[in-house]
Amino acid sequence: MTAPRSAALVGNPNAGKSALFNALTGARQKIANYPGVTVERKAGRLVLPGGDAVELTDLPGSYGLNATSPDEEVTRRVILGELPGESAPDVLVLVLDAANLEQHLVFAQEVIALGRPSVVALNMVDLAERDGLVIDHLALEQALGVPVVPTVAVRRRGLAELTAAIAAAGERESDPHLAHVTMTERRVTAQAIADAAIVSETARHRLHAKLDKLFLHPWLGPLILFALLFVVFQAVFAGATPFADALEAGIGALTDLVRSSLPPSLVRDLLTEGVLSGVGSVVVFLPQIVILFFFILVMEASGYMARAAFLMDRLMAGVGLSGRSFIPLLSSFACAIPGIMATRSITDPKDRLTTILIAPLMTCSARLPVYAVIIAAFIPNRPVLPGVGLQGLVLLGLYVFGIVAAMLVALVLRRSVTKGAASGFIMELPKYQMPRPGDLLIALWQRAWIFLRRAGTIIFMVTVVLWILLNFPRAGEGENQVDASIAGRIANGLAVVVEPIGFNRDIALSLIPAMAAREVAVSSLATSYAVGAGDDEEQQAKALGERLAADWSLPTALAFLAWFVFAPQCMSTIAVTRRETNGWKWPGFMLAYLFALAYVFAGLTYWTAVWLGL
Amino acid sequence: MAAAAMMTLDLLPIGQPARIVAVDWALLAEEEALRLQALGVDAGAKVCVAYRGIFAGRDPIALSVGRMTVALRRAHARAMRVEPIAP
Repeated sequence: MTAPRSAALVGNPNAGKSALFNALTGARQKIANYPGVTVERKAGRLVLPGGDAVELTDLPGSYGLNATSPDEEVTRRVILGELPGESAPDVLVLVLDAANLEQHLVFAQEVIALGRPSVVALNMVDLAERDGLVIDHLALEQALGVPVVPTVAVRRRGLAELTAAIAAAGERESDPHLAHVTMTERRVTAQAIADAAIVSETARHRLHAKLDKLFLHPWLGPLILFALLFVVFQAVFAGATPFADALEAGIGALTDLVRSSLPPSLVRDLLTEGVLSGVGSVVVFLPQIVILFFFILVMEASGYMARAAFLMDRLMAGVGLSGRSFIPLLSSFACAIPGIMATRSITDPKDRLTTILIAPLMTCSARLPVYAVIIAAFIPNRPVLPGVGLQGLVLLGLYVFGIVAAMLVALVLRRSVTKGAASGFIMELPKYQMPRPGDLLIALWQRAWIFLRRAGTIIFMVTVVLWILLNFPRAGEGENQVDASIAGRIANGLAVVVEPIGFNRDIALSLIPAMAAREVAVSSLATSYAVGAGDDEEQQAKALGERLAADWSLPTALAFLAWFVFAPQCMSTIAVTRRETNGWKWPGFMLAYLFALAYVFAGLTYWTAVWLGL
Repeated sequence: MAAAAMMTLDLLPIGQPARIVAVDWALLAEEEALRLQALGVDAGAKVCVAYRGIFAGRDPIALSVGRMTVALRRAHARAMRVEPIAP
């Protein structure tokens, strides 16, 4: 018998697969997508006792070989060896939650019936013991006909035994009879096997029942959820500031270094004005994204996320979505990109598409710099109520405006473009668990890396293209470079289009580079107003604000704000939508409907304000 | 059994243990039916409504099934006939 070369972790969701995967492979994991689909493929190296290494993959959690979501479809096709470009794993490692044996045995029997070399990891036996369950793993081994190894992934218990069992897993005879058992029959057998293997079951002090009493309490539950959301927002917006400032300072120092060490040339300008300022303006959002993901990962790993979805389901059902859309939309307040990526957990394809399409309406952090400059310049800083300023109220209003618009758009989409049966909401509420710091760190690092890689590729490309558009053809003597450039000419054409909604040519010009990232609108307005305030950010923003207040009418400023509530001013969002929907159709639709709404609402705002005499 | 004792799952009071007697799968989408079966919400299962949502209609429902808690909507629960059993 030759040593296996590949193995895969298979099991129900919430069986502790990811923790086991991290414990077996360490932090060096490769994350990619399965070909043709947007399901994440996680792989790592596991060294066997003999010194050989196998490639271990962590398959998406699944309840059965009858797939009901894209994730489950991938698991089914990988196990059966039907996925092109992916050979069937040599050994299947079935991960079972010891505290939920009769449920997890249903899928386990289905996989074992295939006759492939298999090993069972009876995981989280410590939690089962905490719940008063004692399981005879040898009895289980006898009943299933494959090796059973008790493990506690988070304490690294049973890992050596499991690795040895994987190395020794051999060919088995498939039982043709077993392959045609119905789900109901399998459930009866699962119950019988579990009953036989459970040695004793004392009265359980089930911690999670007590926690549910609190978190799902009719009015305490929502209160806790909203308090938690407040903390998350506070941390994302206030907690990230020092880190973002430090990053910005670092990028500034790097820019100065390049500027002083290279002779003046187009290449130097491309590096400083194009690459560093463009990519840099996106990288400064890294602290916010890391903090947001920290909270999301903690909520997910602890089991609270499913409760949040439960609490929010009724509200989301009102607009034709389900509780599962809540988390992606919440993430979109930091950035639509992780939000759209998080829609993968939504099983219903119509639901998922609707959520992707409305995600850009959640006010992402990139819009804050734009809002901040305009509000500071045009909205008087006077208190409306004690402790409540008018400026803050306008900012809050813009957030609420985005949320209400998203809900209305979802309502309309579910009745037109993404029409279909009312989506259901069926999900397991997993047991509460203490998240393990090591697993959190690994997941956090992976998210941060995905974000940085995107900044280094897509955003880099777009920035360079925009820089070229702004710098060619070169201006002649006494001519403004921006006016002479291709972008400048496009802006002239664009100005005609946006004039009816109160925008001037400078705004039209700023909208073009803002396609790379919304906040670039601020710096490009600054450039085109030629405010030479040096490198001092605050000074620059202030000076820009004064110029804007002198140059723009209030209706124009308000229209500009309304525009940014809707406008899909972000190429990365479009790119990620293309990837997640496998084509240009939906990102195209997204661009069209968001621009249309932006135009209409900016126009409405402008003309209402003019009519009111503001 | 008495007809009065039979009811659909959406009407089951919180905390009352019950057995699912029959499920009208035709009322559910195929994918929903598969998902519910995979989670053990099927004829013969002993269940108990643990929590209900807070907003209009007290939707969705958190159902205890064996050692698991499963969230589902009232529309799904309406397809299931249950008989109350002694705790």
